[in-house]
Amino acid sequence: MPEKLNIIESTACPLPVENIDTDQIIPARFLKATKREGFGENLFRDWRYNADGSTREDFVLNHKKYSGKILVAGRNFGCGSSREHAAWAIYDYGFSVVVSSFFADIFRNNSLNNGLLPVQVSDSFLQILLTAIQAEPETEIRIDLEKQTISIGETGQSESFGISSFKKLCLMNGYDDIDFLVSLKDEIHVFEEKTGRC
Amino acid sequence: MSKTLFDKVWDAHIVKQVDDGPDVLYIDRHYIHEVTSPQAFAGLEKRGLTVLRPERIVATADHNVPTLDQHLPIRNELSRLQVETLITNCRKHGIGLYGLNHPYQGIVHVIGPELGFTLPGLTIVCGDSHTSTHGAFGCVAFGIGTSEVEMVLASQCIMQPKPKSMRISISNRLGKGVTAKDLVLYVISKLSAGGGTGHFIEFAGEAIRALSMEERMTICNMSIEMGARGGMIAPDETTFSYVKSREFAPKGAEFDSAVEAWKQLKSDEDALFGQEFTFDASDIAPMITYGTNPGMGIKISSAIPDEDEVLPNDRKGLGKALAYMNFERGKPIAGTSVNYVFVGSCTNGRIEDIREFAGFVKGKKKAANVTAWIVPGSKQVEKQAEEEGLLRILEDAGFALRQPGCSACLAMNDDIIPSGEYCVSTSNRNFEGRQGPGARTLLASPLTAAAAAVTGRITDPRTFL
Ligand code: SF4
Repeated sequence: MPEKLNIIESTACPLPVENIDTDQIIPARFLKATKREGFGENLFRDWRYNADGSTREDFVLNHKKYSGKILVAGRNFGCGSSREHAAWAIYDYGFSVVVSSFFADIFRNNSLNNGLLPVQVSDSFLQILLTAIQAEPETEIRIDLEKQTISIGETGQSESFGISSFKKLCLMNGYDDIDFLVSLKDEIHVFEEKTGRC
Repeated sequence: MSKTLFDKVWDAHIVKQVDDGPDVLYIDRHYIHEVTSPQAFAGLEKRGLTVLRPERIVATADHNVPTLDQHLPIRNELSRLQVETLITNCRKHGIGLYGLNHPYQGIVHVIGPELGFTLPGLTIVCGDSHTSTHGAFGCVAFGIGTSEVEMVLASQCIMQPKPKSMRISISNRLGKGVTAKDLVLYVISKLSAGGGTGHFIEFAGEAIRALSMEERMTICNMSIEMGARGGMIAPDETTFSYVKSREFAPKGAEFDSAVEAWKQLKSDEDALFGQEFTFDASDIAPMITYGTNPGMGIKISSAIPDEDEVLPNDRKGLGKALAYMNFERGKPIAGTSVNYVFVGSCTNGRIEDIREFAGFVKGKKKAANVTAWIVPGSKQVEKQAEEEGLLRILEDAGFALRQPGCSACLAMNDDIIPSGEYCVSTSNRNFEGRQGPGARTLLASPLTAAAAAVTGRITDPRTFL
């Protein structure tokens, strides 16, 4: 069961690359586990480490100056493979929010199902955000799920973001779709009978 | 009110609509495999729930299996554990499994249609993004994550906001040596890797109607590479004759009445789509990708593009992609020396693809520098290739057929392209490292793969036709 989410205040890691696919987030060769935990270790594996396992100094997660629970990434984040391991890896690493100006559909669903909040902002706000973080890594970002706003500490610049009220309720209360679906058992059965499916 | 094909299938499966929330959608067919299901079963058990409709689930082992010596125990311990976990879960919950060494084993999106589990008008999900393949039969079929696999196991339903609709019409016919793969790579190169996000795409028009089911599957398979939730093609006589006599498809009178219902599965004349695009098939030529997303495709006869020639979406990433691929702007892509060729995957691992490849290499020889992995999509494809004498043709030309699985499409097993090497691949993704760390993938059709395999270079297959 995911943790309840509402206000998140944290510094952020900037990753201004577009079209980050889930093969980059977690390469297929690390999908062999049968549990959900532990994928954070290999988050962005091939960008984060050299082939010999040493860390790559040029990658943002290896920069000491950046830290926090918020990942800010370029447009079309999470495209490609449907592997939920991508959302698990990001969450397991310690992020609770990903900000981008566009998310791939399956990744968005997977995140929402795991208590990882995808915050979609405009391209221009994304730029402002990235610039602010890069200029001052200590910049605090505040996300208010209930009000659906994201704001930048010092300057107070903010933007609102969209989320379905159903999903918002789920995230704020830490429950998921399965509880709801199981409660619909009778309606599902009626549908099956009505449409000759059982 | 007039409806699109997508509306018709979707709406017929709504169990409940949640206010300002997703629809609760009934799922007719749930395909599962060893990589994205173990955590779903574990979650289900943790909640004390059971599988609601095991008879609607079909399981196979494909992503992580070796493509040589499948009769031996899997050597990689983690892969073996995943496959064993699948067996245990299927047994425990009464789910039909076509696992390793079963005569029906294969890539989940190849065996579903082949065995007649995929039928027009169904809703189909699988914990794999290329579930869109089944849309070729007029299904609403889409990939889901593991939490959603768990939902479907528990309730046979899923919660999804209804996607928007898009129609892509292709007029005229494809030329000789130009395949369905070229068509779809062409479309993605025009609309970009994110161009279909949030949409279900219906493919229509003369060029689509003229395609076989295998070709239609290739198109719908890759609709996800435009970011779309799925692709669809209205079923017609081509569909019905493919489905007829498949092992698990309806038979006799039941089949006939099913066909009557399936004939209704088409967009109404005046149905409205969120977006519409039209392309001309006669403008399409053999395609190949030069970059690190499937939208970075060009005609083989073209040069590596410059910033001002690519889609706005790819402009920023072009330098990084070209550096990874070791390509230079303005240089022709044809003639690039290639040491690896991969034919297979749920995009192009069907019998027609093996036939096409074999037809091309017949009487020719594999280039000495090339390592070629020809991997059938299923046991049935393997068997058919042998029965049709394709195996012989391949062997005479210096090629061997491996055993079915996803193989070098995602390089989870031992089929890994070495770092820095180019691979002309009939699969669907050219992301960095997709075929192994540092591997450089060039997506193309089986014909283009064949031309590369015999020349050792990127070659327009039409030069041989
Ligand atoms: S062949 Fe490739 S794309 Fe298809 S199901 Fe297997 S891994 Fe996924």
